[in-house]
Amino acid sequence: MKAAVITFPGSNCDRDLAVAFEAAGAEVVRVWHKDTDLPAGVDVVGVPGGFSFGDYLRCGAIAARSPIAGAMIRHAERGGYVLGICNGFQVLTETGLLPGALMRNAGLKFICRPVELSVATADSAFTAGWAVGDVVRFPIAHHDGNYTADPDTLARLRAEDRVAFTYLENPNGSMADIAGVLSDNRRVLGLMPHPERAVDPAQGGTDGMGMFRSLLGAMALV
Amino acid sequence: MKARVHVMLKDGVLDPQGEAVKHALGTLGFSGVAGVRQGKVIDLDLTATDAAAAEAEVRVMCEKLLANTVIEKFTVEIL
Repeated sequence: MKAAVITFPGSNCDRDLAVAFEAAGAEVVRVWHKDTDLPAGVDVVGVPGGFSFGDYLRCGAIAARSPIAGAMIRHAERGGYVLGICNGFQVLTETGLLPGALMRNAGLKFICRPVELSVATADSAFTAGWAVGDVVRFPIAHHDGNYTADPDTLARLRAEDRVAFTYLENPNGSMADIAGVLSDNRRVLGLMPHPERAVDPAQGGTDGMGMFRSLLGAMALV
Repeated sequence: MKARVHVMLKDGVLDPQGEAVKHALGTLGFSGVAGVRQGKVIDLDLTATDAAAAEAEVRVMCEKLLANTVIEKFTVEIL
């Protein structure tokens, strides 16, 4: 599997994401926000956490209009996989690849701590290694992770089994405790918690490895 | 020609920052504040000379970037 990890000005989890992909056995190429195309043969695009473009205007808004975002959108429209974590999730909602929006945390504070998540669907390449209801522990580190969508969108996400993870204890006010959602073709995942920060025992847990291994396993079958 | 864009959260979208400002005003003794909504003002300096065309273009800018129409609404004023 070949993964492309994007770096925007202000990204700060890009290296961690690359290390996590590599630890799972993927070949990683790093791409820059000004690149207009992805390298040939990329299977999955990783959109990392951080503060792209200083969170100016809205979190992820400027990154979502960058040249590499155009290439990422074309990749997704071809049926390619995309994983957006934290700021990456915000970027994906800003591009419209994922529905809804991430608003300021209900408690207005930046929250940085491990949280427990329930796997809400195993029907995706990202979550196929788990069973529905499995509990995983990933760190969160965000100020704007309050998932918001209109009632019709929420109903559709539920009906189509597109909620990927929910918080056991809602830290940020997200509607329906949503921590991550899938696109309608189930190949684009955005989530606020950081699986790439839970791939080595030195990080305090390795639950995140399940996602990268699952993705590689799905690729091996393609 | 100048344009002014107001971006506000749509009605019904909870505004945690507005709620915090409302709470702080209450703490300062302003008991008559029933609600606070916080938004953005964006001023644009345009080279266009035709007001109608400028307004139409700024509206496209709002749809494409300046507002996130999932949660925000906007108004455009040509000054």
